[in-house]
Amino acid sequence: MTWVVSNLALIIDLTIVHVRLSVLPIIIGFVLAIPLGWVAYRFRLTRGLILTLVGLLYTIPSLAMFVILPPLLGIGFLSEANVLIALTIYALAIMARSVADALASVDADVRQAATAVGYSSWSRFWLVDLPLAGPVLLAGLRVVAVSTVSLATVGIIVGAQSLGYLFTNGYQRQILASVLTGVVMTVLVALIFDRLLMLLGRWVMPWMRVGRTPSSSRFRPRRRSHANSSSHSRLAPTAEPVSQGSAR
Amino acid sequence: MNLFTGAFAWLVDAANWQGSGSIPQRVTEHLGYTAAAMILAVVIAVPLGWWVGHTGRGKELVVGVTGAARALPSFGLLFLFVMVAGVLLREPASVIVLMLLAVPPILAGAYSGLEVIDRRIIDAARSVGMTEWQILWRVEVPLGLPLLFGGLRSAVLQVVATAVLIVYIGLGGIGFDIVQGIQLRRYDQMLGSALLVIALALILDAIFALFERYAVPRGVRAGRNIDVRTTPLGRRATAETTATSKKAM
Repeated sequence: MTWVVSNLALIIDLTIVHVRLSVLPIIIGFVLAIPLGWVAYRFRLTRGLILTLVGLLYTIPSLAMFVILPPLLGIGFLSEANVLIALTIYALAIMARSVADALASVDADVRQAATAVGYSSWSRFWLVDLPLAGPVLLAGLRVVAVSTVSLATVGIIVGAQSLGYLFTNGYQRQILASVLTGVVMTVLVALIFDRLLMLLGRWVMPWMRVGRTPSSSRFRPRRRSHANSSSHSRLAPTAEPVSQGSAR
Repeated sequence: MNLFTGAFAWLVDAANWQGSGSIPQRVTEHLGYTAAAMILAVVIAVPLGWWVGHTGRGKELVVGVTGAARALPSFGLLFLFVMVAGVLLREPASVIVLMLLAVPPILAGAYSGLEVIDRRIIDAARSVGMTEWQILWRVEVPLGLPLLFGGLRSAVLQVVATAVLIVYIGLGGIGFDIVQGIQLRRYDQMLGSALLVIALALILDAIFALFERYAVPRGVRAGRNIDVRTTPLGRRATAETTATSKKAM
C-alpha cells in the first residue's frame, strides 16, 4: 500500500497513457470492421476469404506481431505506431467477424419488409440493418475493448509505455505491489471501458432498455421454452426502429 | 523484404537445428508447456462445463468466470504468480497461469455446447427411457462436441501465444529466441523465431479447426443448413462468441 501511495503519480500517468494507447485501436478497428464485415456478410465468396484472413491474423501471437510488423510496414521497431497498428489489427480481426454475425442476425422478414416499403439498399443498411444488428455489434465491441486493454500491456516489450511497465519493472525489482497494481489497474480500465460501452449502447439504442442486453440474454435459460425466448431477444429491438423508419 | 530472407536463412541454418537452445528444443519446450496447461485445463473445465450444461446449475458462475477472465492481463499474471510462488517454482507457476487462461474458453465451450441443444431432443431422449447418464453421453456430449472443440481451439491459441512470454520469467520456449534476437539486435533470429511461433499457432489452430468440423455427428451434418444467412443465427452466433472470447496475448 505504501508503494502505491508513493508511486501514485506514476500509476496515474501510466493509466492515462494506457487508455490513450487502447482507445485508438478500438475506434479504428470498429470503423474499419463495418465495411469489411459487411462485405463478408453480403457475398458468399468474400465471406470465407475475409473470415479466414481475419482468423489467421487473430492467431498471430502479439509478440510475434510486434516483431514482424516493422519490417513489413517500414516503421520503427520501438515506435508507438507499431503497437497501435498491431492492436488495431487484432481489434479489426475480432470485430469484422462480429459485424458479419451481427448483420446475419437481423431477421430476414424485417429486411424484406424494409425493402418492400421502399428503402434503397444504402438507406436500409443504415436505418434498418445496422440498428437491428446493434446489440450483437455492441457485444462484439465490448469483447474488443476489454481484450485490447489487456493486450496493450504487452506493448511494453517493444517500448510502448503502458501499465505493462508496472509488470516488467516490478518483476525486475521484485516489487510485488507494482505487479499487483498493474494487474488491478488493467482490469479496472477494462471494466470501465466495458461499462461505458454498455451505457453508450443504451443511449444509442434506447430500445435495448426495454429488452435485455445481448450479453445477458446469451446465457439466459433457454431450457423450457426455447422457441419463445430465441425469437424474443430479436423482437425487442425490432419493434422500434422500423416503426420510426416507416413513419419518416 | 531483405530482413525476411535473412529470417528464412536463420530458420534453415543447420547450426540452429542442433545442440542446446536449438530450434527443435525450443519448439519442444513450447509445446510441452502448452500441452501441460491444456491437459490440466481440460481435466478441470470439461467435466465442470458438462455438469453445468446438463444440470443448468451454476450458469452465473460460468458467465462470471468467462467474463472476468477476458479482462485479466495474462502477461501480468505470469509475473504475479511467479513472484508469489518463488523463482524456484516458476515452472509450475507459469503452467498454472497458462492453465488459468485455457479454463474459461474450454468451460464456455463445454457448457454452451450442451446449452444450445434443442430441448425437444433431450426431452425425446428422456421419454424413450434414457437415464441421465445416457442422455449426457449419447445425446448431449456428441451434439456439444463442435462447440467444445471451438472452445479448445481458442484456448490453445491463448496458451501458445502467452507461452511466448514465459521467457520473461526465465523459462524457454520459442519466445526465448525472439527476445534474445531483440536484445542482440539480431533481426534474422528475431524474425525467424517470430515466423516459427506464428506457424506453430496456425498449425495448432488448423488441427483444432479440423476437429471442430469433423466432430459434428453424422446425422446432424446431413440435415444442417449450410447457408449461414438463412439459419437462425441469433442462437448460434451468441454461442460462438462465448467460446471465442478474447484475443490471446
